[in-house]
Amino acid sequence: MKIYLYILVMAGVSYLIRALPVTVFRKPIKSRFIRSFLYYVPYATLAVMTFPAILEATQSRISGGVALVVGLLAAWFGADLFKTAVTCCAVVFLLELFL
Amino acid sequence: MSKKESFVQGVRDGVPIGLGYFAVSFSLGILAKNIGLTPLQAAVMSLLNNASAGEYMGLTMIAAGASYWEMAFATLVTNARYLLMSCAMSQRMDPAMGLRHRFFMAFDITDELFGITIARPGYLDPWYMYGAMVPSIPGWMIGTALGTLAGSLLPLRVVSAFSVALYGMFIAIFIPPARKDKVIAALVALAFLTSWAFSWLPVVSDLSDGTRTIILTVLLAGGAAALFPRREEEEQQG
Repeated sequence: MKIYLYILVMAGVSYLIRALPVTVFRKPIKSRFIRSFLYYVPYATLAVMTFPAILEATQSRISGGVALVVGLLAAWFGADLFKTAVTCCAVVFLLELFL
Repeated sequence: MSKKESFVQGVRDGVPIGLGYFAVSFSLGILAKNIGLTPLQAAVMSLLNNASAGEYMGLTMIAAGASYWEMAFATLVTNARYLLMSCAMSQRMDPAMGLRHRFFMAFDITDELFGITIARPGYLDPWYMYGAMVPSIPGWMIGTALGTLAGSLLPLRVVSAFSVALYGMFIAIFIPPARKDKVIAALVALAFLTSWAFSWLPVVSDLSDGTRTIILTVLLAGGAAALFPRREEEEQQG
């Protein structure tokens, strides 16, 4: 039951974030600082959540580390979301055959 | 384009997105399973949230036994980018479009659906976006539920491999802009460094993963916004 309450809180906040601007704020946000802050937020959050957590996600820290480096390279050279994710999985799978 | 044509086009463009969601959300399901969620709970979570990083954050908050306020704040911070996307979409909607369409479109503002919907010229087409939701929402939901179910049936090595899919997706979101923009590249590098430091430094390493992520996000994005505020014309490209 407690988990459903957590899920409802998550879902309520997620929906409000998405629905409020399109329904209420029909004019652009004026503050340059807030616009910039909102712009940088996803990159900061995602990078913080990726490292060092990716090292702990796998059976061995080495395979997680190599998956990180290969994923960074793949995305740098233009792999999309799906390809990068699959590449990281493949790296871990192959490496852990040997580790 | 008629409503029906828009809808069909949306479904077509949504299929690869739905397939990608299926694969990626599988690893979210594995995490949900490890934290103690049932497949039904995981499916409900994904149906109602449609957010990779947000759900990942939510699961770490559940695992940490966070309060509902902490959960709400963590969700707000992790999903803050949808606020920005929703703002951008509000500027591209037909002012005459009613509230009902706005409420339904808002439900599935994700990185990908936002991307394909806003990429089309003219006013945003609600029917196109609804079409794209048809493969996307079930792909995300079923993938999460199956990850929770099958996570325990699969060999440990396969689970280990799937677990990095989510991180791969995060990487694919922050690297392309980092390649074009030195500020974002520096921000990502600094995020890696501080996040690593926070994992062992005294005092802060005692905080939960979720709290550390919120603190670092606010500090890093706030610092970047103060030092390198973006100009309007840059935002048009970004």
